[in-house]
Amino acid sequence: MRNAPLEDLVAAAVKRAQTLGATDAECTASEGAEFSVSVRKGEVEKLKEAGSKAVGLRVLIGKKQGSAYTSDLTPEGVEQMVRAALELAHITSEDPFAGLPDPEELGKLEGDLELFYEETALVPAEQKISIARQAEAAAMAADERIANSEGAGFGSYAGSRVFANSRGFVGSYRTSSCSLSTTPVAKLGDSMERDYWYTMARQFSKLESPESVGRKATERAVRRLGARKIDTQKAPIIFDRTLAPSLLGHIFDAASGETIYRKSSFFVDKLGQSVASEKLTLIDDATLVGRFGTSPYDDEGVTSRRTPILEKGVLKNYMLNTYTGRKLGMKTTGNASRGLSGAPSISHGNLFLEPGELTQEQIFKAIGRGLFVTELIGFGVNIVTGDYSRGAVGLWIEGGEIAYPVSEITIAGNLKEMLMDIAYVGSDLEFRGSVNSPTLAIGEMMISGQ
Amino acid sequence: MGFPQSFFATKFGITAADLERYLAEALSKGGNYADLYFEYVSTSSLGLEESILKNATQGVTLGVGVRVITGERTGYAYSDDLSPDKIMQAARVAACISNGPASIVKTPLESMGKRDLYPVLTSPNETALMDRVALVRRADEAARSADGRVFQVQVSYADQLKHVLIAASDGTISFDRQPLARMNVTVLAREGDGTPQSGYHGGGGRVDLNWFQNEKTPEHFALEAVRQAQVQLEAVEAPAGETTVVLGPGWPGILLHEAVGHGLEADFNRKGVSAFSGRIGQLVASPLCTIVDDGTMANRRGSLNVDDEGSPTQSNVLIENGILRGYLTDKLSAQVTGGKSTGSGRRESYQAIPMPRMTNTFMMAGESDPGDIVRSVKKGIYCTTFGGGQVDITSGNFVFSASESYLIEDGKITRPVRGATLIGNGPEAMRHVSMVGNDLKLDEGVGVCGKEGQSVPVGVGIPTIKIDKMTVGGTA
Repeated sequence: MRNAPLEDLVAAAVKRAQTLGATDAECTASEGAEFSVSVRKGEVEKLKEAGSKAVGLRVLIGKKQGSAYTSDLTPEGVEQMVRAALELAHITSEDPFAGLPDPEELGKLEGDLELFYEETALVPAEQKISIARQAEAAAMAADERIANSEGAGFGSYAGSRVFANSRGFVGSYRTSSCSLSTTPVAKLGDSMERDYWYTMARQFSKLESPESVGRKATERAVRRLGARKIDTQKAPIIFDRTLAPSLLGHIFDAASGETIYRKSSFFVDKLGQSVASEKLTLIDDATLVGRFGTSPYDDEGVTSRRTPILEKGVLKNYMLNTYTGRKLGMKTTGNASRGLSGAPSISHGNLFLEPGELTQEQIFKAIGRGLFVTELIGFGVNIVTGDYSRGAVGLWIEGGEIAYPVSEITIAGNLKEMLMDIAYVGSDLEFRGSVNSPTLAIGEMMISGQ
Repeated sequence: MGFPQSFFATKFGITAADLERYLAEALSKGGNYADLYFEYVSTSSLGLEESILKNATQGVTLGVGVRVITGERTGYAYSDDLSPDKIMQAARVAACISNGPASIVKTPLESMGKRDLYPVLTSPNETALMDRVALVRRADEAARSADGRVFQVQVSYADQLKHVLIAASDGTISFDRQPLARMNVTVLAREGDGTPQSGYHGGGGRVDLNWFQNEKTPEHFALEAVRQAQVQLEAVEAPAGETTVVLGPGWPGILLHEAVGHGLEADFNRKGVSAFSGRIGQLVASPLCTIVDDGTMANRRGSLNVDDEGSPTQSNVLIENGILRGYLTDKLSAQVTGGKSTGSGRRESYQAIPMPRMTNTFMMAGESDPGDIVRSVKKGIYCTTFGGGQVDITSGNFVFSASESYLIEDGKITRPVRGATLIGNGPEAMRHVSMVGNDLKLDEGVGVCGKEGQSVPVGVGIPTIKIDKMTVGGTA
C-alpha cells in the first residue's frame, strides 16, 4: 500500500534538489512504529513503544555526489538537508562511474508480496506481554536444571519505506514483522550456561508457539552443561542450520561487487570458475512472497530478482548495485542497499542454499566422528585472504551420535578450502530470517583446544 | 553557563517549567523515577578511495526519550518531534508502565555542577569541510607513497557533535556538548601476483581538528596501516592449541573489555547471570591485576562529563590486586541493589533505554620490564593488534581476534603469524596473568562496544602482560 504523504515529501525533495542545481537526485524515507517488551521471571522488565521517521537524499552534480539525511521532516529541515547534500556534491571528486541506474533497470515487482500484515500492528500490548511470559514460563518449566532466566522478549515493527528519483521512479511499500525469544540459564555445580531460541514472522499468527520457543531454548541451554575442552586436532565440522547461514554470508561478501572491484575478496577473477564443491548451489532471491529478504525493488529502484551466486560450485554472478556494476563493466543485479545516509552499498535478498538429501541425523551417522557446532563467537573472518578462525561451542559426535558438549575451542581454516571441502548438505532447509541454510558439513578443519 | 543559556533552552525554547510538566506527566500513574533525554546530533562523514573523494554525507537527528521506572520495571517512549504535545504524548505512553497514584517530581530542577573533560572550542563538525577533506587526502598520499606494494587505499573520516539535555524527577538537570571524531585507513598490499594482505589503523577522540593536524596525524594512521599490511605479507600460519600469550600495550586491552568488563556490568549481576555474579570481595584475577573503568579522562573517546542518565562519570576500580571490588551501575541497578550509580548509564541514542556500560577500561601498570616479559617465554605468541572481540557473560568464555602477532621462540620475537582468534574463560584467563609490564598505554580511539543492539564509543588500555595459558585458534 502506498504511503502518499511521504511519497509526496520525497518527490518534492528530489525536485527541489534539481531546482537548486542537481543533475540527478534520489530520496528515500522510512516511517515506522516499534513495540518491544521484555519480561523476566514473569514480571514486565522493559516496555517500549514509539514511532519515528527520517529521510535521506543523494544528489549528483555531473559525476560528483553528496548526500544528507535528517529526522527533522519540517519544510525547514528538508530544505536544510537538500542544501547540505548539494554543498557536499561540490566538494567531492568527479567519479566517472557515479550515477543513478539506467532508466530501463528501474521497476517494481507486481502483485502483493505479502510483506505487511495489519494484524501484526493491531495485536494488543497485553497479548504481546502474555506470549513473552508464556515463552519464559515454558522454558523454566521444561527442565529442572534451569536455574535462572535472562527473560523473554517480544518485539514488533510496522512501517513503510519510500523512494523516489529524478528519473521518474516513485514507490513505497509497507512491511511488518514480529519476533519472540527467550534465554534460559542452566546450572550444573558452579558452571552456568545460557542459550536462546526465537521465532520471527511478518504475520503475528505465523509465530511459533511460545511453548515451543521456550522448550527449544531450554533444550539448547541444557545440552551445553558439563562442556569440556577437547584436544587440538583436525576433524570434520558440522555446522548446525542456525549457524550455516554465517558461512553463506561470507560467500555473499566475497561475491559482492564492492569487495571484487577493490580486489579485497578471494573471489577476484574467479567468475565462471569452480570455487566450491559441486554440492553447493547458492541463490539470492528477493522475489519470494512473504519472506524477510523480499522487496519489490532494491534501494536504487531497480526491480528485484533471483540471481544464482553458485551453481554446483561454479561462481555464476557477482552481486552488484549500479555503481559496482559499472565499475566492473556489468549490469546491476538489483542488490543495492542503503540506509538513509550515504551512497548505496550491497546486500542480499533471500540468500539460501539449495538443500541436499540427508537429514541431520544421517549426516552425523555418515561423519561418524567430528564436531557439531551450535554457536560461533568472534569476528575472525578475512574476506581478502579467506582466513577463518572463530570461537566455537558445540557437541562432539562419536559413533555417529551426540557424545558430549564442547566449549572454549576455536575452529580454523581457509574459506577457499572449506568451500571445496563440503562433505554433506542437509535436507533441512527452512526459511526463518533472510539467510537460510540446511545443515552443512565440512570434511576437515583445525580445532584448537587443549 | 546555566540551563537558560544551554543548547536546548536557546535553540528550542525549552524551559525548566516545561521539563517539570513533562516529568509530572511521566509520573502521573506513579513510579519511583522518570527522566527525559533530549538529543541533537549533527554528523558528517567523508569517504575516499582510489584517490577519489567518492562520498560526503551530513546528517541531523534529534529527539527525546522519556523513561519511567517503577521498581524494576521500565516504561519507555520517544519522539523525533520536540513539540510539547508530542513530548506529552510520549510521557503518557511511558507512564503506562505504572498503575497507581501520581508520584511527585522534585522541583525546582537544579543544574548539576559542570566539568569540562573535552574543552573543544570548535568541534571538528563545525570546521570548514575543506580542512577535513585535506586530512583525508593527506592520509591517502602518505599510504600510497609509503610502499610500492600498496595498491588500494581507503580512508574514511567521520565526526559528530552531540548535544544532550537530561532532566530527572530526582530534581537534576544536566546538559553536555559531546564532540567526537575518528579517522580510519585501510590498505591492501601485494607482493607481485601473491595474495593481497590488508592493514588497518584508525583513531580519534573528543578532540578538535588540531589533534589530527598536529598530534595523531593522517600520516601516522596511514603509515601504521601500511606497516600492518607489510607484516602480514611476511606472516606464516598461526599455531593451534594452548600456549603462552604476551599482549603488547594499548589496544590489546580489549582483552579486559571482553574477559572482565562486560561480566561486571550490574544488569547481568543483579540478575545473577554473569560468571562474576556474587563474587565481590573474592579473588577473581591474579593479584598483579588492578582494573579500572574511568570515564573522566580528558579528550578520550570513552569519556563523558555526565553519563546518559545525567550522573557524573567517575573512575571506578573494578578489580584491585586481583580482588573484585565492584560492578558498573546505572540508576536502575543502583536503586535495586541499594548503592549509588557509578556514572555508567549509557545509551546509543534517544530511542534506546540506558544500561550499565563501560567507558575507558584499562589495567594499571605493573613493575615488569616489557623486554623481560618476552624474554621469560620459551614458546608462545606476542600479540600487538586486535580486531574485534566477543564474550558469553554467563559461561565467561570470550574471544578476540589477533590481527598482528608474532611467534616467541626462546625468549625472542621471531616470525609474524596470520590472524587468529584467541579464546579463554574470563576469570580463568585473569588468574593466569603472571607478569604485568610498567608500560601502560591506552588505545588511539577506535573502540565501539555493542550490547543488546546498542553501540557506544569506548576506550581500552593495558600494559604488556603475560598470560601463561590461552588457546590460540591457528591452523598450524
